[in-house]
Amino acid sequence: MFRNQYDTDVTTWSPAGRLFQVEYAMEAVKQGSAAIGLRSKTHVVLACVNKSTSELSSHQKKIFKVDDHIGVSIAGLTADGRVLSRYMRNECINYSYTYESPLPVGRLVVQLADKAQVCTQRSWKRPYGVGLLVGGLDESGAHLYYNCPSGNYFEYQAFAIGSRSQAAKTYLERKFETFTDSSRDNLVKDALFALRETLQGERLTSSVCTIAVVGVGEAFHILDQETVQGLINEFEIVGEEPAPADETAAPDQGSSAAAQGPSEDVAPMDI
Amino acid sequence: MNVSDSTPAMNNLMGSEADSQRTLYPYVTGTSVVGIKYKDGILLAADMGGSYGSTLRYKTVERLKSVGKHSIIGASGEISDFQEIMRNLDDLILYDNMWDDGNSFGPKEVHNYLTRMMYNRRNKFNPLWNSLVLGGVKNGQKYLGTVSMIGVHYEDNHVATGFGNHLARPLLRDEWHENLTFEEGVKLLEKCMRVLLYRDRSAVNKLQIAKITEEGVTISQPYALKTFWGFSAFKNPTAGAEGSW
Repeated sequence: MFRNQYDTDVTTWSPAGRLFQVEYAMEAVKQGSAAIGLRSKTHVVLACVNKSTSELSSHQKKIFKVDDHIGVSIAGLTADGRVLSRYMRNECINYSYTYESPLPVGRLVVQLADKAQVCTQRSWKRPYGVGLLVGGLDESGAHLYYNCPSGNYFEYQAFAIGSRSQAAKTYLERKFETFTDSSRDNLVKDALFALRETLQGERLTSSVCTIAVVGVGEAFHILDQETVQGLINEFEIVGEEPAPADETAAPDQGSSAAAQGPSEDVAPMDI
Repeated sequence: MNVSDSTPAMNNLMGSEADSQRTLYPYVTGTSVVGIKYKDGILLAADMGGSYGSTLRYKTVERLKSVGKHSIIGASGEISDFQEIMRNLDDLILYDNMWDDGNSFGPKEVHNYLTRMMYNRRNKFNPLWNSLVLGGVKNGQKYLGTVSMIGVHYEDNHVATGFGNHLARPLLRDEWHENLTFEEGVKLLEKCMRVLLYRDRSAVNKLQIAKITEEGVTISQPYALKTFWGFSAFKNPTAGAEGSW
């Protein structure tokens, strides 16, 4: 995408009928680190790659609990993602307060999409630079949605966003037909496999990824590191390199493998 | 703020135009509503009277209405406030239906919405002068609750408003049980309504019964209860005191 005279304002159309600022916002999503979601009839699993800028710092939080029955994983400008998560939490709380009942996820994503659309039609605003994978429950079961900076939203059986997400999408496209009736544990396993694809050969350990689950009868929660590492070992999901001699040292080796770091064209604000 | 501060005599001292904007006392009122859970759902009963003070002025007031697919509501108190509440609820259900996404408000959600509405108005010292009964069935779950004009709300297997609390609830506490059939439920409600007809001066002998089950809502045509006044104690009431009445 090259710079042109129609891309300064979000309120300027190009002659071809495009809003370049909105498209640039979607580029920001593509540059963020990967986030994946998949769903069965009763559960949704969200997973994301969590790389820290250095060994000294903590990871960026990319998965947020919005309510007991809704969670979101983000890719792109994580600060924008945090703000939108706060909005979503607020909407859920207000709905629960008025109706003593959880806000159906399908209605929340429409509100979110309408909020994003506003930013594409005001000259004094900019689009949110974050893509959100929203997983949640309503009366008809489990749902996964993708909300994009343009204000569009789509429902998915499985999806991946962020850098190197195409690799994950390829894996998901092969397997998505099995997801509807999949068990919760198999769904998590598939999420880990899909996540591994985005690491492009790097070793998958619980220190580089975060997994969260929500389902009928299971409140949204992020799985803790030991559980995730246990699942990785159980399913023997390791990188193509030979496994290290000492498995308990795996977390340290995982982070040294991560020293290759994110690609150079990632903006510093959104690992 | 005491009741005596709101009497007509004190109005001018309390702030002029502000008072004409808030509810001070009701004008046309409905009396008790009685509701019970039964085997297949909920039954509500209310008469069709609208009293204007002590005058039994209007006799075709429908105080039982359906709310969406899953709930029915019965109101006592100010009839115009009930009409306002219905306008509000109909809008709520309309917007809920417009989502067209397979989700719909059940009785629990409607009850809570009403509670918020009544409590909010009470906090502004401008209440909707009603006591409401809200019942319904959704996904096999029966729900029966009540909200008062000050926002007091609770659920139970049988509820009533106004005089019904004093005259009907004791009967229901003795005779209500889980798994009443429809016929048993109606008979029990009619027993309550008969007592109310005898003893509540604002009751009229023209009532409706509303039923809600998973299948839907039915509100009966108005009908009257049979009453009996031939008690020997009522014969020759002035026998011991000539000239009295």
